[in-house]
This record gives sequence, structure tokens and C-alpha cells, in this order.
Amino acid sequence: MTSTLVDTSLRYRRRKLFSNIMVGAATAAALGMMAILALILGQVFLEGGRYLNLDFFTQRPQPLGQEGGGMANAIVGSLIVLAIAAVLALPVGFFTGIYLSEYASDRFAGFVRFVVETMAGVPSIVVGIFAYVLIVRQTGTFSAIAGGFALAVIMIPIFARAAEEALATVPFSLREGAMALGIPSWRIVLRIVVPTAGPGIVTAAMLALARAGGETAPLIMTALGNRFWHDGLMDPIATLPVQIWTYATGPYDEWHQQAWAGSLVLVGVTVGIIGFVRLVYRGTQFRQL
Amino acid sequence: MTQHDTSTATKEREVSGTSATEHPAVQASSPGQSHVAHVESTAPGSLRVDDLEAYYGSFRAVSPVSMAIEGRKVTAIIGPSGCGKSTFIRCLNRMHETARGAHIRGHIYLDGEDINGPKVDPVVIRRKIGMVFQKPNPFPTMSIYDNVAAGLKINGIKSKERSMDEIVEQALRQAALWDEVKDKLKQAGTALSGGQQQRLCIARALAVEPEVLLMDEPCSALDPIATLAIEDLIRQLAPQVTIVIVTHNMQQASRVSDRTAFFMMNAQRSGELVEYDTTAKVFTNPADKRTDDYVTGRFG
Repeated sequence: MTSTLVDTSLRYRRRKLFSNIMVGAATAAALGMMAILALILGQVFLEGGRYLNLDFFTQRPQPLGQEGGGMANAIVGSLIVLAIAAVLALPVGFFTGIYLSEYASDRFAGFVRFVVETMAGVPSIVVGIFAYVLIVRQTGTFSAIAGGFALAVIMIPIFARAAEEALATVPFSLREGAMALGIPSWRIVLRIVVPTAGPGIVTAAMLALARAGGETAPLIMTALGNRFWHDGLMDPIATLPVQIWTYATGPYDEWHQQAWAGSLVLVGVTVGIIGFVRLVYRGTQFRQL
Repeated sequence: MTQHDTSTATKEREVSGTSATEHPAVQASSPGQSHVAHVESTAPGSLRVDDLEAYYGSFRAVSPVSMAIEGRKVTAIIGPSGCGKSTFIRCLNRMHETARGAHIRGHIYLDGEDINGPKVDPVVIRRKIGMVFQKPNPFPTMSIYDNVAAGLKINGIKSKERSMDEIVEQALRQAALWDEVKDKLKQAGTALSGGQQQRLCIARALAVEPEVLLMDEPCSALDPIATLAIEDLIRQLAPQVTIVIVTHNMQQASRVSDRTAFFMMNAQRSGELVEYDTTAKVFTNPADKRTDDYVTGRFG
């Protein structure tokens, strides 16, 4: 007796095979991607872990030929340059996001979005040249300010779009409810919409900072780097990515070891930020009304 | 997501220059002047709608409507889906104009004053004419207490006579929610049940002490028990605030309202007012055949 429920035709088997191949390919691609990340992290943790020590965080680079030393000046420098970038970029990005989400007409918003996305797509070396011409050449010196400015240009579009998306998740019914209470539009935005989108906006800011913190090319042309503690915001300043780049491309083994340790710190901070952001998101009940 | 509150309003609104001469009685009827020509009640919070048309771009969603809404009474707006009843009440507190390209013609008077007057800010109108929506929409970042206080707090309004605690308590009592939430005022408003959330939204609207409360199908997202609670509430509130309620539920209209307006879509797909009378008359002895067909369930 042949079953009417079991299809044994060639066509069916071919379809089944094709389906299995596609699922297999997709799974393999996903696993491959995870393997790449695992290799990067694994190598950085292994090599970096071997050379990372307390001195790395407390000492500045030693003169050539001497053992030890660290990148304390570069870590502090990175924080300073990032702080400058945040001060410049976060307000601009925040209000651009608000403008896009709350006030722009559809057509103009589309245009602004296009500009923002184009800006996000500008290669970071070009941003570096831009900051070099605009600030380094004008002030006559490489500086923390110029570095912060370059990173700000990189952060603004990332943060603006992410902030806009966070604001767009706030249901229109909340704005409507607030309007019906006779609350003026700017107060609705600041007191109802922004707090509701709060976790998303904080996330956006942190991811933009993480992204800018790892940028190297624009800093080479602006902050330059410095083997010593910086003398002020208008002077060249060491930053972690540039220091890593300098040491990794140098000829000495001690430098390579320091570069590995620096990579570990940089990757650790980035992974830490992303992990923190995920935790924040899990902790928040994002209720869609 | 964009609001064009004031800009579109002033740009798009078309005010006929003849209003003053056409409606002298209306212009003169401030509360306290009892000699006005029309016979409608002079209780505070009364609305008068004159030849109101509502548009979305060039599409006319509501054909000329004229009606007087009595102060401190409950007026129900009924009609089949798409008949423009929601659009109509959204005109009454100038929420209609917040949609892109939306504008109106004609006039609406609150206690004799044109709410679309050239110098009238829609924000002020919405403090006097509050609104409750289909789906409860408490502010998710705020506690129950802060939700109720939001309208006053965010606007920086402080009462000299009463503390914020008193205002919040009174609003929650008016909304018949106080006993259920008095021990958890600091909890999130979104943690309440759907019916409680809707009463919270009513309390929030009442806290700013509006003259009129518009309700756009306030029970459509609620279960029957929560619906009955809201209906009771509407009856209790009527002596203090004028209520205009849109509902697709005819039993609800007959239970809660003093007067009923029946809207229908005409051949141009535009909503028009078919009949407006006391609720008893509309449901038992309507003048128009279409009303009769609708309330007896022959269509809609």
C-alpha cells in the first residue's frame, strides 16, 4: 500500500535537498562570523593578557631599550579627546535627532537623513584631513582639541541617527495624550518623549563613543601622539589607538608587546560598553503602548 | 510623528470673514448674558458648532455640521465606521489640525468664544477641552501620581489654594480610581490594568480642570466590566464637566448620554450629521429613516 501522505517524487526530494543546502549555508556563514570574532578576541586576550600589567595603566612609555613602561598617558589622552568629542558631538547629535524625529517635514527630514548618512559614510581619514586643514593648520599645532573635533565629526551622524530611531520608538499616542493636556510641543519632547526614549538615547551615545574611541586615522592627523604627558589641550596628545598603531608598526619586540596589551584594553572597553548597553536594555521594560 | 500645531493651524485654517455678521448672537453670548438669541443652555462648558467642515488636504472628511452641545451634560456621537465622528470631536479641541494637511472651515465656540480665533493658542484650548483616547496612554516613565500631576507639573501651574497632593487625590477620586491606587501612587502607571489605565487617563485629563472632556471611544479597548465602570464614571462626572463621547456602541450611548448625534457617511464619503436630539428621542422615535435603520440594527 502506498501512502498518500509521503511524497517520494524527485521534485520533492530536490526541493528538500535545496532547502537543506540553504539552511546549511546560512548556518555556516553565521558560525564563520562568530569564529572570526572568537579568533580576534582570543588572540588579543592571549597575547595582550600576557603583557598587560599594572604598569601599563600607571607608567608612560619607557625610553628605547628599557623594559617595562606603559600607556598611562595614552589612556588618559584617549579619555580627554573623547570627552572633548562628546561635549561637541552629543548636543548636536541629540538635537539633530530630535529635529528629525519631531519637527522636520517628511521631505526635509529625508534630505537631512541623507546628509547625515553621507556624513557617516565619509572615510575617517578624510575626516582627519578635514580637521587637519580646519584646526591644525589654523592653530599651527596638533592638539587634543583638533583630535576631539575630528572624533566629534565621526560621532555626530552615528549618534543623531541612533537617537532619532530611539525617539521614533515612542508611540505617537503619548505625544497625543500630552497634547490633549495642553502641554506645549517642546515640553512634550523634553518631558515626555525624551525620557521615554531615555535608555535608547543613552545606548546611542555610548555606542557612538565606543566607535569614536577606536578611531585611529583621524587622530594621527590631529592629536598626533606624544610619548610624554600632554602639556595642555592645545598640544599634541597621546591616544590609545595611535599609540597602538605606532608601537605595532615599530621594529622592537617590547613595542609589539605593549601594542598587544593596548589592543586588549581597547577591545575590553568596547566589549564592556556593548555588554553594559545590553544589560541596560534587558533591565528596561520597553512597553509599546 | 511631526507636529505642526500652530503653524499649519494659522496657515491652513480658513476663517470666513462674514462670521461676525452671520452670528451676532453667538458673538455676544458670554456667560452671564442671558438675552442671547439661541435657546441652548448657558451652563458653563457649552460648545456651539457652526458649519464646521473638516479636511485632510483636499478631502472633506466632515461635511458642514452645526450643533449646540450643552454644558455639563453628556453628548454622544454615534454612527458607523468611517462616518467622521472621531475627526469631528478632534476638531473640538483642535487636535484635528495636528495631522499633516488637516484643516477646518467654520467655527466652534466655547462659551461664546471662537476656539479658532486668530490669537487663540491651541495649547490653551486643550487645557480647557481635554481628551481621552481609544487606547489608554499613560506616560510610561511616570508613576501613577506623576501621570495625574503631569498636565499641571509640566506646564508649571501651581494652585494657590490646593496642594498637588490634594489635586491628584481629587482627580483620582473623580475618576473612581482612588481606592484602588491610593497605596501605590509611586508605582508605574503602566502597571495598572487596561480599565484602570483608562481611568488614570481620565484622572489625568480632569486634573487640569477642563470645561469639556472629549472621549474618543474610550471603552473600545476595555472588557465589559471595565466598560461599565467608565460608563458609571461618565454619569457621575457630567454635573462637573461637559462630556462629548464618541462611541460605536449604541447601548453605551443610550446608557450614558443626554443627547445623541447620529453621523453617517454621505455619497462623497464625507461624514454628515443626520440627526441630533435628546437620546430618548433618537433611540425611540427618530425623525430620520436612516437613524431609525441604524439604531434598530438594520445596518452599521
